[in-house]
Amino acid sequence: MAMEMRDLPKKETKDQMLTIVQAVNDGMRTLLETDDRIMLLGEDIGKNGGVFRATEGLQEVFGADRVVDTPLSEAGIIGASVGLAVNGFKPIAEIQFLGFIYPAYEQVMTHVSRLRMRTMGRYTVPMVIRAPYGAGVRAPEIHSDSVEALFTHMPGIKVVCPSTPYDAKGLLIAAAEDPDPVLMLEPMRSYRAKREEVPSGRYTVEIGKGKRVKEGTDITLIAWGAMMPVVEKAAEQAEKSGISCDVIDLRTLYPLDRDLIAESVQKTGRAVIVHEAHFTGGLGNDIVSMINDTSFLYLRAPIERVTGFDVPVPFFALEEHFLPTPARVVQAIEKAVHF
Amino acid sequence: MTENRHKSIGLSDETAVEMYKTMLLARRLDERMWLLNRSGQIPFVISCQGQEAAQVGAAFALDRSKDYVLPYYRDMGVVLSFGMTAADIMLSGFAKAEDPNSGGRQMPGHFGQKKNRIVTGSSPVTTQVPHAVGIALAGKMEKKDLVTFVTFGEGSSNQGDFHEGANFAGVHKLPVIFMCENNKYAISVPVEKQLACEKVSDRAQGYGMPGFTINGNDPIEVYKYVKEAAERARRGEGPTLIETITYRLTAHSSDDDDRAYRSREEVEQAKSNDPILTFKAYLKDTGAMDEKMEKAIDAEITRQVDEATEYAESAPYAKPEDALTHVYAEEQ
Repeated sequence: MAMEMRDLPKKETKDQMLTIVQAVNDGMRTLLETDDRIMLLGEDIGKNGGVFRATEGLQEVFGADRVVDTPLSEAGIIGASVGLAVNGFKPIAEIQFLGFIYPAYEQVMTHVSRLRMRTMGRYTVPMVIRAPYGAGVRAPEIHSDSVEALFTHMPGIKVVCPSTPYDAKGLLIAAAEDPDPVLMLEPMRSYRAKREEVPSGRYTVEIGKGKRVKEGTDITLIAWGAMMPVVEKAAEQAEKSGISCDVIDLRTLYPLDRDLIAESVQKTGRAVIVHEAHFTGGLGNDIVSMINDTSFLYLRAPIERVTGFDVPVPFFALEEHFLPTPARVVQAIEKAVHF
Repeated sequence: MTENRHKSIGLSDETAVEMYKTMLLARRLDERMWLLNRSGQIPFVISCQGQEAAQVGAAFALDRSKDYVLPYYRDMGVVLSFGMTAADIMLSGFAKAEDPNSGGRQMPGHFGQKKNRIVTGSSPVTTQVPHAVGIALAGKMEKKDLVTFVTFGEGSSNQGDFHEGANFAGVHKLPVIFMCENNKYAISVPVEKQLACEKVSDRAQGYGMPGFTINGNDPIEVYKYVKEAAERARRGEGPTLIETITYRLTAHSSDDDDRAYRSREEVEQAKSNDPILTFKAYLKDTGAMDEKMEKAIDAEITRQVDEATEYAESAPYAKPEDALTHVYAEEQ
């Protein structure tokens, strides 16, 4: 993988065939090249290029001052990034796994998300926190957490979650340009799953906008990040029994794309929401509420949710039983369609 | 005649008296806020009383035109030295819209004022420490010779954020001054039940920085140590941890009753070492301030506190819809 990345042309060609993790790397490279205020901070991100190789080669090019190997200290990483942002820099902090953010959670909840409000906009925290999240790579327990709802609940921070290489780079650059702090969840399970054309240079994907990835008429499927391939596979299977699925990749988890969700559900009258996070308190509940608020009288069946269970993500031998599968999604589709 | 210690470290009589005035203003504002609280006019007070010497001594040793301060909630002496006014403090006490810290959104004592490089804090203690580190890192990146100054209590030197911030600053040799105001109690729990080591400054060794424990009741001594730490920081030699030994003369806050955990004898004993009294006596003994000046300063500060109180009392509250603003960047 490392060699492949180094062999890729960086600027010469218009498009490159990249994986998600390479697109994230390319996004950071583009930002470092075009904005002196960008700094990267994290554990093992320098010489080692990050445990997932997301920062591969960047310290070599941009130096140890801008690509900082921090002490092993998550609150220190986020706290120091707050200070950098307050003093005019745009830090991009890597948290090695989303589950490792808990020691820094206090910093995110009481400072990152609130400094603007507390100072009436005089101090702001334009920073990006990147974190690989989710199960399915045989990583144990905490390494597999998908706790986006802990962050969508707190006003003052935005949350994005790409499922494709193109969106990964575009959302990362949009996050870095955003005047507010943004948490970018990167689906580690999909990091190297597929390649697609990614433009070189700067471009953005608008924060707050979902994307319809497949047009359909009978039922709306809503998911994001690592659940997109699961949902797309389920949609293919459902098509075989004549059920036409409208598939939405939310891409941004806060603020949600209310218009896209409402427009789709008002067309299909049915919806299945899929996330790997736990059922209780999951983001699916907010989407159900949003559909009730916008589209209740269009519904032809109760809204279905396919999610992880209300247990900590189990160790690797059992994670297939924890994660939503295409089969579970198809079951939910059929339940809604035959209601 | 007492030995003139301020001149020997380069402080003029005028500056020494200015320090006294700032300490006294902090004390009188704090006392007024207690009166306002006990008469039901403001909801909450958290005091600087007893710690003004450490606060003002330190702040005067910094470059007040470019350094950043990240105070903790007792640091009225620090923020007054850095340009906050009596009216600003009172507006915050009354939680009025014009409060420069947060427009009445935060507790009094959560100081923040961008124009004076006072960086806002939060209620979980010591979480501002890594911010001081980040600001110092930004300054170093831009090759500015600014210093960041962050304070906290001895109890909160147990928090992870202190250790993570101190270690980060030590590893990267950043221009940060960590100042502990050891007032001997974290609300009710005494220092011996807070620290496994003898002194907070012992912790400096673990983070590769010099650590000092000094008399926080003496603004001249605090000035001297903070000045040296600032010079060391500006030379690129990294951070310093300074522990100032003080005493909290009031209860923890207006909602606390310290009689449950401190003897009156102990508090009375501390009051005999009140830094306002001892520094005033020192200034008079050295001839820096005479009786006439003292009276004029007293009258001037009473006038300032009265005016600030009246101004803040009659200022308007924030509108309800203001609560909906500044959560995200406003639409252009």
